[in-house]
Amino acid sequence: MKPAPFSYERPRNLKAALAVLGQASDSVKIIAGGQSLAPMLNLRLVQPQMIVDITALAELKQAERHGDELVLGACITHADIEDGRTPDVTRGAMHRVAAGIAYRAVRNRGTVGGSLSHADPAADWVSALAALGAKLTLRSSAGSRMVAMDEFVVGALECALRAGEIVETIHVPAMGATAHWGYVKSCRKTGEFAHAIGAVLIDPSAGTARIVIGAIDAAPIVITDAAKLFGGRIAGDYKGRFDPRVADAILAKAGVSNAAHRHIHVSVLTRAVREAAA
Amino acid sequence: MRNEREFSSAGAGAGQGVGARLPRKEDDRLMRGRGQFVADIRLAGLQDVAFVRSPLAHALIRGIDVPERYRGSVFTAADLAGIHPIRAVSGLPGFKISEQPVLATGKVRQVGELVAMCVASTRAEAEDIAAAVTLDLEELPAVYDMLKARQPGSALVHEHWGDNVFLETSFEVDIYSALDAPIKVSREISTARQCMSPLEGRGVVATFDHRLDQLTLYSSAQMPHITRSGLAECLGMEQGRIRIVSPDVGGGFGHKGILLPEEVCLSWLTMHRGHPVRWTEDRREHLTASSNCREHHYNITVYADRDGRLRGIDCEATVDSGAYSSYPFSACLEAAQVASILPGPYLMPAYRCRTFSVATNKCPILPYRGVARTGVCFALELMLDLVAAEAGLEPGEVRLRNLVRPEQMPFDNITNKHFDSGDYPEAMRRALAAIDVEGVRARQRKGEADGRRIGVGVSIYCEQAAHGTSVYSGWGIPMVPGHEQAFARLTPDGGLELRVGVHSHGQGMETTLAQVAHEMLGIDVAKVRIILGDTAITPYSTGTWGSRSMVMAGGAVATACRELGERVKKIGAKLLQHDSAALVLQNGEVHGVNGSVTLQAIAHTWYRRPQDLPSDVDPGGLEVTSGYKPQRDTGTFSYAAHAAVVAVDPDIGEIEILDYVIVEDGGVLVNPMVVDGQIFGGLAQGIGTALYEEMPFDASGQPLATTLADYLLPGPTEVPSPRLDHMETPSPYTQFGVKGIGEGGAIAPPAAIVNALNDALRPLGVELLQSPVTPYRVVEAILAARDAERPAA
Repeated sequence: MKPAPFSYERPRNLKAALAVLGQASDSVKIIAGGQSLAPMLNLRLVQPQMIVDITALAELKQAERHGDELVLGACITHADIEDGRTPDVTRGAMHRVAAGIAYRAVRNRGTVGGSLSHADPAADWVSALAALGAKLTLRSSAGSRMVAMDEFVVGALECALRAGEIVETIHVPAMGATAHWGYVKSCRKTGEFAHAIGAVLIDPSAGTARIVIGAIDAAPIVITDAAKLFGGRIAGDYKGRFDPRVADAILAKAGVSNAAHRHIHVSVLTRAVREAAA
Repeated sequence: MRNEREFSSAGAGAGQGVGARLPRKEDDRLMRGRGQFVADIRLAGLQDVAFVRSPLAHALIRGIDVPERYRGSVFTAADLAGIHPIRAVSGLPGFKISEQPVLATGKVRQVGELVAMCVASTRAEAEDIAAAVTLDLEELPAVYDMLKARQPGSALVHEHWGDNVFLETSFEVDIYSALDAPIKVSREISTARQCMSPLEGRGVVATFDHRLDQLTLYSSAQMPHITRSGLAECLGMEQGRIRIVSPDVGGGFGHKGILLPEEVCLSWLTMHRGHPVRWTEDRREHLTASSNCREHHYNITVYADRDGRLRGIDCEATVDSGAYSSYPFSACLEAAQVASILPGPYLMPAYRCRTFSVATNKCPILPYRGVARTGVCFALELMLDLVAAEAGLEPGEVRLRNLVRPEQMPFDNITNKHFDSGDYPEAMRRALAAIDVEGVRARQRKGEADGRRIGVGVSIYCEQAAHGTSVYSGWGIPMVPGHEQAFARLTPDGGLELRVGVHSHGQGMETTLAQVAHEMLGIDVAKVRIILGDTAITPYSTGTWGSRSMVMAGGAVATACRELGERVKKIGAKLLQHDSAALVLQNGEVHGVNGSVTLQAIAHTWYRRPQDLPSDVDPGGLEVTSGYKPQRDTGTFSYAAHAAVVAVDPDIGEIEILDYVIVEDGGVLVNPMVVDGQIFGGLAQGIGTALYEEMPFDASGQPLATTLADYLLPGPTEVPSPRLDHMETPSPYTQFGVKGIGEGGAIAPPAAIVNALNDALRPLGVELLQSPVTPYRVVEAILAARDAERPAA
């Protein structure tokens, strides 16, 4: 299991990286932590002509709070968040998500931007950041644009990045003081890919919620008009009002045809709601 | 308790002999990362090999296109003139022979079958060459389901057979007497196909030594002498021109017991090219191409009286043997063994079993730790729980009413297995007490605060190990174990060199065999060197398999040391000027009434000062090769009762093992710490079988779990710390009373765990009869039971 031959670039700043990406043919892959890409290269599932290594880009390793949002560089690792080397605006939610990703060895090298760009539906950030309402800055040599997480992941292993474009920063809005957070995933063993993810951000005072059902064979289901899951309104009694049948119907409509799979997803989501209410 | 005290005085007081919990000598290098495995070997001029493997399960080869620039670096079957296919024939009547070409000829019969061999200066470059070779294949319908494969009209793996059955066997005792039993339970039970997954995969380095006119093959192998015989047959070479070196081996489990087509290919290649070559199995090759294990299917009926006593078992068992018969165990060992071991440790007056070893378009099945016993124990023990439910009895009680009793030992069971010794009911009683069945029942009545359901399950087995000539001669396979030999030499400075033909790949034999030597000679284990894994310098042996090494090589070492002790005493007698019959060998010294003399002094005299010895001294000196076989070689029967408490989440299907108890009897334990390690490792593998490991195939015969992200192995957080209890009933037939113990840990866990799950879920109407039990299967079964209960609209 050795990769097919490729050329390799390790630019020293973002501008140089974007220039390389802008000039490259379409057969180029960006590598950061390499926790998904390296095995895929070894298995020859991907055979890019060029690998652009962005681990030397200091710009992408910044993490700062700007007013009401946290701005994370794409090369911040899961362990950076787990160990508290980044500011927190989510009252510990991101810390807990980070600490539950795969194994420590993966967290040491794997990056938030890399995980999002890879767009594996079973990855934690894909669901968690969608529930947190994060946005991404995508940059190319031509300029930048901002895309909401809901629109960034468009399918299993498919994201909105265009040729020559890179995830530059992740913008996480501060979690309100009255908001409740719940995040539950089901894995067959510790560190394994999740088979179901439920992520909920509920603000009963504001009557709003973002509900995410993840680890399906597609982009996560992001429910922003979430009142329907709670009998029409979201208030302090939301835990008792949660209606799993509505979640089941949403999954069925999204094409999850297997009843046992839907049952597991709905059960995991129910637990995330309960965790938020606890 | 030991049945043989004759030599136990030699090591008295030192605490290093039989029964000592000695840290493993080999760990000094292994734990420091200083072991030497095949992939660590560097030879000048070494080149790497990658194989072009079949992407299809079943296809005719229309052509193999090698780009012009790679001619000379790529070899196909057409190049390997004079190389014979691998043939592992069983002498059992009706066995159909498969021939496994080392590189495919005519057609391919499994995904991953070797089609072409590519050589380059690095593995990456060899893989680049392999990627450039194109195959023109005409796909044939794949035989992927062993039950469908038995039906008329199925596609055929080997056309000239006319069907897909390697071998059909049957065994029957009076089954018609059971048919009127008041309890009759019938089920279909199955175990998934698995990959053995040792930490170190297979690997081969081949080179040719012109000075010795000898092919040297470094191979990660359990049975180097058998590999040599098989390799010589395929290459058409004299065995003396082949040397197999098996260095440190990172786990065998059966995967390293067979002759590989890769071993034959690389042997040819190094002789053809004139430089050393290497192939290292990668994890994808291991998962998809190499060998599998465990895939069993049972159609089983158990007959019992109302009081739970067994009246008989009727079974039809099918094993998916894959495309080829592997050397030396053959394609039928696993299935045919089912018929002889299905009755387990139980009494029954009637029995019938038919078995089918079925060929499919999958890689060959190999005997994996526990061999057929894991599947057999799973089928039988699940059935006994159903009998218990029918009889309204606790599952443990049904076992106690049917187990062979200690006063019946030694006991010949219904399939003529000779159980040597033991107290099976006592093991079960201890396990039931330790797991606290009553406590679990009380907790079940109360319910769990977190909504999970808990259950308790038990299982018990006995395991024939170290069975020898009298058993294997009946199989007619290429290997029959006879007397096991050991070579012992006292070195000039009084150290002991022991050479044995078995191999150690986690078993700790560099320590335990030294303990045996200490027991016999009183020599410090630090001065004992155990040499293994090299056909050039070890006595012939069938190698390490079937939990045989401690019984057989341990016995051989004891025998050789006993003879060496006699030689030592004779020289000591000269030095002490005393009659050797009156001398005692103790703590590494020969003692007489006039004084004592050390082994070191005796060795020094023999080698360095022969002038001090009289001319009539025994010319055999201080080197001995001697052989051993137990008084009766039908095998030792170790046994164990396992008990598990599990919690299962009925909404998500997640399973947690809350408690696990093992009561084990392996006869006299040479090193109880090494035995504990064997049991822990076996348990981990048994948990894998129960809950995680499965290699699924699609209808075109494609293996679907192609990486370890899909093929799940239990890790540290999935394996609980079991509570171990040792019983120690000596075997009446073996040196020291030892029994084979290496495989047992992997046999009983699937049955105990799935029985516990069924106990937890029985109130929901759920019955799980298939391994592994996954969260998905749990939820699916709960939903199906719910649907079945709902009245039709």
